[in-house]
Amino acid sequence: MSDKTITFTIDEVEVKARPGQTIMEAADEAAIYIPRLCSLKGLSPFGACRVCTVLVNGRPQSSCTQPAAPGIVVENASERLHDIRQDIVEMLFVEGNHFCMFCEKSGNCELQAMGYRLGMMEPKYPRLWPRRELDASHPDIFIDRDRCILCARCIRASREQDGKHILGFLGRGPHKRVTPDSSDGLVQTDAAVADAAVAACPVGSLMRKRVGFGIPIGQRKYDHRPIGSDIESGAEVPDERK
Amino acid sequence: MVEKTKGLKRVVIEPVTRVEGHGKVSLLLDEQHRVVQARLHIVEFRGFERFIQGRPFWEIPVTVQRLCGICPVSHHLAAAKAMDRIVGGEKLTPTAEKVRRLMHYGQILQSHALHFFHLSAPDLLFGFDADPAERNIIGIIKKYPDLAVQGVLLRKYGQEIIKATAGKKIHGTGAIPGGVNKNLSIAERDGFLKEFDQIFTWAKASVKLTADYTMEHLAELANFGAFPSSHMSLIRKDGAMDLYHGDLRCIDSTGKTIIDHVDYQDYLQHILEEVKDWTYMKFPFLKALGPEKGWYRVGPLARINTCDFIDTPEAEAARKAFFAALGARPCNMTMAYHWARMIELVHAVEKIGELLHDRDLQGTDLVTSGPRRGEAVGLLEAPRGTLFHHFRVDENDRVTMCNLIVSTTHNNEAMNSAVRSVAAEYISGKPHITEGLLNRIEVAIRAYDPCLSCATHALGRMPLVVQLIDHEGNVIEEKARS
Repeated sequence: MSDKTITFTIDEVEVKARPGQTIMEAADEAAIYIPRLCSLKGLSPFGACRVCTVLVNGRPQSSCTQPAAPGIVVENASERLHDIRQDIVEMLFVEGNHFCMFCEKSGNCELQAMGYRLGMMEPKYPRLWPRRELDASHPDIFIDRDRCILCARCIRASREQDGKHILGFLGRGPHKRVTPDSSDGLVQTDAAVADAAVAACPVGSLMRKRVGFGIPIGQRKYDHRPIGSDIESGAEVPDERK
Repeated sequence: MVEKTKGLKRVVIEPVTRVEGHGKVSLLLDEQHRVVQARLHIVEFRGFERFIQGRPFWEIPVTVQRLCGICPVSHHLAAAKAMDRIVGGEKLTPTAEKVRRLMHYGQILQSHALHFFHLSAPDLLFGFDADPAERNIIGIIKKYPDLAVQGVLLRKYGQEIIKATAGKKIHGTGAIPGGVNKNLSIAERDGFLKEFDQIFTWAKASVKLTADYTMEHLAELANFGAFPSSHMSLIRKDGAMDLYHGDLRCIDSTGKTIIDHVDYQDYLQHILEEVKDWTYMKFPFLKALGPEKGWYRVGPLARINTCDFIDTPEAEAARKAFFAALGARPCNMTMAYHWARMIELVHAVEKIGELLHDRDLQGTDLVTSGPRRGEAVGLLEAPRGTLFHHFRVDENDRVTMCNLIVSTTHNNEAMNSAVRSVAAEYISGKPHITEGLLNRIEVAIRAYDPCLSCATHALGRMPLVVQLIDHEGNVIEEKARS
C-alpha cells in the first residue's frame, strides 16, 4: 500500500485501508465479516438497515457509510454488538410479514440467513402484521411487499446500474414502501426481468415470476454455509447476487 | 336432529385421541340413558382456502401442504397436479412423473405405518377395554418391542424416500408446476435398495397381522360401526388401483356403479357439499343421489372396493384373500379399513421396489409446460382417501379461488354414522358409561384414520376428557386421562 495507507484496528486486529474506503470495505479485504443487509458490492453506500453497526471509538456508526480513518478503534464481533444486530434483525422480521417456511426465497434469503447467523429464535417484539399490497401486474417480475425490508438495493441498482428511474420510496414510517413510477404498477414501467434491480433484492420481495421452488433443498445458497463465510474465508468480496 | 335438548344429558369426548388433529364427540342421553343424538364435531378452523387468495400460483404446492404434518406430501402433490395444468404441463416427463410417484408411495407407506402401528394397534392388540395407561404406543413398545420397531422402521423408510424426493421429510419442495426440482441420485437409490428386502418382508407381515386379527375377532368386528354406504376413489383406465392418478369411480353399497371413469376436472358436475351449523366440516354428496343418500366413503376400504384389481402381485393376492374371507365386493365393514390399509402398504412397497429399478428416476428432464390455463383441479388418493384441490388463477399469476375437499371431509357422514352405530350398540341404555365404552367410539373414528385438522399431536399423552353435563349445563361428572 502507498504512503497514504490508513491503519486502524477492528477488534484489536490491525487493518489497512486506502483513503476513501469505508470501514466495511477495509474489513472485507482483511477477511473480517461485518454483518450487513442493505449494503451490496457495486452500489453506493446507503446506511438503511443499521445491521452493520460497529462502535468507532465507542460510538455507534454504520460501517458501510463510515470512512476508515487513521487510528480509529473499531469494535465489531462483541457480544453487545451481536445483541444490537440481533435486535435489528428481529425488528425487520416483525415489521413485515416474513413466512420463511413457504417463501420461495428461503435458503437463498439474506434476511433469513442473517437470522440464522445471529442465532435469532422467535422475535421478542410484537409482530405488526402490516397489510401490504402485492404487485403482480408485470408479466415477468413481481413485488411482494410483505417481504420488503426497505433496504433500497433495488432502487439504487435500478438507478445506478440499469440506468432507469422506475423505483422509489413512497410514504413515511410504517407506511413507507417501494413503489414503481406508475400508478398502474410495474407493468407500466420499463422494468425487465434481467434488470440488476431484480437480482439485487436480498429477500423475496422483487422477484422473477414462475421460478418458485426450482432449486431443491440442499442446493440453495445458504443450505451449507452461513452468510458471510466467504468473506471470512478470505475469498474475493462477494456479490450476494451471484 | 334433536329439536329439544332440555332434560337430556350430554356426554362429550374431547379431544378425540390418537387421531390427527382436534375433534370432539358429543352424545345426548335421555333419562333412560338412551342415546338420542351422536355427533363428531370438527372444532378447528383452518382458513387456507381464503388466505392463499392473491398469492402467486407457484408457491401454492408448498403453502397448502402446511395444512398437515402427517400427509403434507399429499397436499403438496395434489396442488402441484393442479398447477401442472395451470402451466399446461400435465403431461409430465417420465422422470418427473416417477419421482412424484416415488414420493407419493413413500407418503402412503409412512402414513399407513404411522396410523396402524402408532395410533390403532394399541386398541387392536390390547383390546378396547384395556387400561388406557397401557393402551398406547408406549405400551406396544413395552409388550411387543419387535412389532414396534417394525412400525417405526417402515415409517422411517417412507420418510427417507420423501426426504430424497422432496428435500425434507416434512414440508419439502420437490414438486413444482410442470415437474419436479430434482431426480433421485444413484447413491440415494442404492441406499433404498439395500434396505428394501427387509421392508418388504415387514410389510407382508403387517398384512398378515391385520388379516389374522380381523378373522379372529370377526364376530365382534363384523358389525362394529358397520353400515352400508357408497364408496369412491380414483381408478386407472383399466380398473386397477392407482393412488397417484386416474378417473373417479363411485359404487353403491351393493357394488352397483354410480359414476365411472369421470374426469375429475368435472367433479363439480357430480359432487356437491352441504354445510351444517354444528361443525366446521362440510358434508360432500353425489349430486345424482342428493344430500341424504349421496354420501360415500373414501380411503383404503373404498379403494379396495372400487378397484377391479391391484397391479402388484403381493397386494393383489392379499386383495383376493380379503374378499375370499369377508365376502363379495363391496365390503361395508368399518373395521376392515385396517386390513385394506395394510394391503395398500404392501402395494406401496411393491411400487417403490418397481420404481427403484427404473432408470428414469435418474433422468435430467425434470420440467415441462404448455398452453396456459386459468383453472385446474388436482386429485390423488391420499392415505386417508381422495383429495381434491381446485384453483383458479388470474392473468397476473395470482390465485383467485381455492376449494379443497380433503379425505376426512368425504368421510364426514361415514364417521358420524359409525359413531351413531357404536353409541347405539354399546352405550345406549347403559347405566354407567365406562372409559372402555367411550373408547369404542374413538376406535370407530380411528378406523377411518381421520386427519381432523391435518396437524400432529404428542404421542402417548392421551389427553381425553369426558364430561357428563346435565340439562342446565352443569358438569356432574368428569373423567380425565393424563
